[in-house]
Amino acid sequence: MQSFDLGKEGLRALNSALHGLKGQTNMTDWEVVNPKGAHAIAAGVDAPVDITVRGSTGYYCAGMNKQATIRIKGSAGPGVAENMMSGTVIIDGNASQYAGATGRGGLLVIKGNASSRCGVSMKGIDIVVHGNIGHMSAFMAQSGNLVVLGDAGDALGDSLYEARLFVRGSVKSLGADCIEKEMRPEHYALLEDLLKRGEADGKAKPEEFKRYGSARKLYNFNIDNAAAY
Amino acid sequence: MCGIVGLFLKDPKLEPKLGAMLTDMLITMTDRGPDSAGIAIYGGAKDGLGKITIQSANPDKDFKNLDGDLHDAIGQPVTILVKSTHAVLEVPLDQMAAARSALAHLRPTVKVMSVGDAIEIFKEVGLPKDVASRFDVSKMKGTHGIGHTRMATESAVTTMGAHPFSTGSDQCLVHNGSLSNHNGLRRELIRLGKTFETQNDTEVAAAYVSRKLEEGQSLGQALESGLDDLDGFYTFVVGTKNGFGVVRDPIACKPAVMAETDQYVAFGSEYRALVNLPGIEDARVWEPEPATVYFWER
Repeated sequence: MQSFDLGKEGLRALNSALHGLKGQTNMTDWEVVNPKGAHAIAAGVDAPVDITVRGSTGYYCAGMNKQATIRIKGSAGPGVAENMMSGTVIIDGNASQYAGATGRGGLLVIKGNASSRCGVSMKGIDIVVHGNIGHMSAFMAQSGNLVVLGDAGDALGDSLYEARLFVRGSVKSLGADCIEKEMRPEHYALLEDLLKRGEADGKAKPEEFKRYGSARKLYNFNIDNAAAY
Repeated sequence: MCGIVGLFLKDPKLEPKLGAMLTDMLITMTDRGPDSAGIAIYGGAKDGLGKITIQSANPDKDFKNLDGDLHDAIGQPVTILVKSTHAVLEVPLDQMAAARSALAHLRPTVKVMSVGDAIEIFKEVGLPKDVASRFDVSKMKGTHGIGHTRMATESAVTTMGAHPFSTGSDQCLVHNGSLSNHNGLRRELIRLGKTFETQNDTEVAAAYVSRKLEEGQSLGQALESGLDDLDGFYTFVVGTKNGFGVVRDPIACKPAVMAETDQYVAFGSEYRALVNLPGIEDARVWEPEPATVYFWER
């Protein structure tokens, strides 16, 4: 176990050490103490390592993550796991704005609530939120899956493309071109897997969710649909 | 950007440390806005006295014998505490208006930063650490306070363009964001008798809240009204003699984190600003919801 005191050694030293891990490494277990809300903790990691951050983080923690499993034992500031490519990020507390934004792959798990714009422009990432999500979540989401065990705020899935949104609780309002869709057998199977990987299988069952997706009316401009924009 | 910090103390034991705690929080937010910084601190004046905080570009000349000159003008004793470019005048409460008009006559270039029973405002161009040390903020006592570090977007980087803005007795407001309807609103408020020192958007929001309070609204009601009338991006933190309020616009892209314990309610633009507060590990920490008014009054 490599233990790193961010208060003493500083962010740049931490991220240089993590960026130095290429391919196979025998330093697979990392612990970061005293994060104190610092920005960009463990951003840009590209190695199959396990990193535990003991406390709350600031902006862009685990941004652009590839391969690594990053656990935050606290809450995360804006843009956590932004543009994640692969790997897993698990947050014990809450996540601030635009969690998992533009993510291309991997799994983001938020055990508390996520605030506004969760999964905005997601492009393949899977996001599992145990609590609620704020307004404008999954705005322009292109692919991937967003699973919410609690409620969703205003304008869910506005201008959505092909991402799948599963919400167990209430949805305050749907955004433009986002509609409820039927749950088919493949969706139950997908949800079962996501709930398990998102450490939520004891908390919710696939049949409790509704699915939301794109009505596909805004893909190309059509004057008859002008009112929908 | 811009950085905001705020602290509302519930535990009187922390009151001697208010200035030191706010200074530490504000310095942590330096990289959100290095143009100018300011702080409003509410600490009671002696019984029967009120405070006028003033600022001058020529403090040696303007503050010299000002207490004596004001005494002569209003016929009551006035004390002055000079701190760099600012000074705090203590004036009998029933003579506050007389002292202000005498001040405008005696020292026409001096600016009034705040007036009230409890409030003092210190603000200048420069980094939070320099502004705080210039005014010895870390030694100040009080019940609640608000700090701001500015990255200017709407108007010039000047002392008067720094936050907090005070447009009513014991009131102040700080802002992260930018308003888009401030020119129209300023014209309306001028018609209603408000005066403005700057072209700054935040000063309009402060004057708007002051006007609503004058109309008899509570702080909470005034902030609710603002959700309808103020257009743009904002996270506001507002101080009054007894209270402290927070509101974010409905889009809520300007960050805000709050923490509450038995000892205090704290506000920070980022969680970083709160990490050194006592008992933060066990505090209730949350993000204020969009278009939702929060306030605490004692």
